[in-house]
Amino acid sequence: MSLRSDRASKYRRRLQNTPEIPTSSMADIAFLLIIFFMLTAVFTSKQGLRFAYPEDDPQDRDVQPLEAIHVKIQGSGAYLVDKQPMSIEELGGYIQSRTQAAPNKPVIIQTLPDVPYAAMIDVFDLLKTLDVKNVSIPTKSDIERWKDFGVFQ
Amino acid sequence: MKKRAYRSRPTPAIPTASMADIAFLLIIFFMLTTTFSRDRTAVSLPDSANRDQVQEEPAIVAITGDGTVVFTDGERPSSPVASMDDLRQQAEDVVSVIKDKEFVIKADREVRYEVVDQVLEELRTAGVRNIGLLTVQDMTSTVAEQAAPQQPPGGSN
Repeated sequence: MSLRSDRASKYRRRLQNTPEIPTSSMADIAFLLIIFFMLTAVFTSKQGLRFAYPEDDPQDRDVQPLEAIHVKIQGSGAYLVDKQPMSIEELGGYIQSRTQAAPNKPVIIQTLPDVPYAAMIDVFDLLKTLDVKNVSIPTKSDIERWKDFGVFQ
Repeated sequence: MKKRAYRSRPTPAIPTASMADIAFLLIIFFMLTTTFSRDRTAVSLPDSANRDQVQEEPAIVAITGDGTVVFTDGERPSSPVASMDDLRQQAEDVVSVIKDKEFVIKADREVRYEVVDQVLEELRTAGVRNIGLLTVQDMTSTVAEQAAPQQPPGGSN
């Protein structure tokens, strides 16, 4: 074998063994990490309907029971608005017509104890959609206290 | 006899280098969206069209469908409350440290309103001012959207 052909074969061998970083196991590691994050991930709801109780100021008690709109939720889809039975569609129209002239008109949501919670959320959500500024959600003790004003029967 | 010339053929291989890139992209997505919530109570939340963002790490009062009340102050893992007085005491402890701490009520949509009412009562007695009612966004039109009359163009919604 000549010197020339020996050199050529060495060069060919060097071309065949190109240097390479083995990356196939990288995907295995990455998928293991994905499985970990998928199993531990909790897609929690961090949004909702917010409200704040007003500060209790005895000097500034502006109670207007006759002006307030009283929504009594008797069941899913059964509403008594200012003592008149209404559907949710009628309730939306009624509240909009009453709050157009007076945007600060309070709306009181009274929910009966046996009613599912979602029924109250439906009404509260509707009031937010209608941009009602003054929403009151009285608790049982509030209702007892406010009975003197003639709002609750 | 003629000897056949040996020719090296390229070995077949699946290109897997980009697989790692895809996988790491997915990891980044999960790392950014994962929240390690203190409360893992499973409830079926009600839907609403309007949703506001609640504070980071709020105190959570979870109410399951059977009326069990579970509480976390946002730092320790949640645990069921022994009674409504216990809930009030724990809420008072939280409010005494952070006055404007937001309390989030994570109640099951089918729970009787009476339980939610009791929780609201106790929170208010404890001096809680900011309350959020957790909901989920309904992709279909919600009751509120159906019931709300059409707003005139440019009007507030």
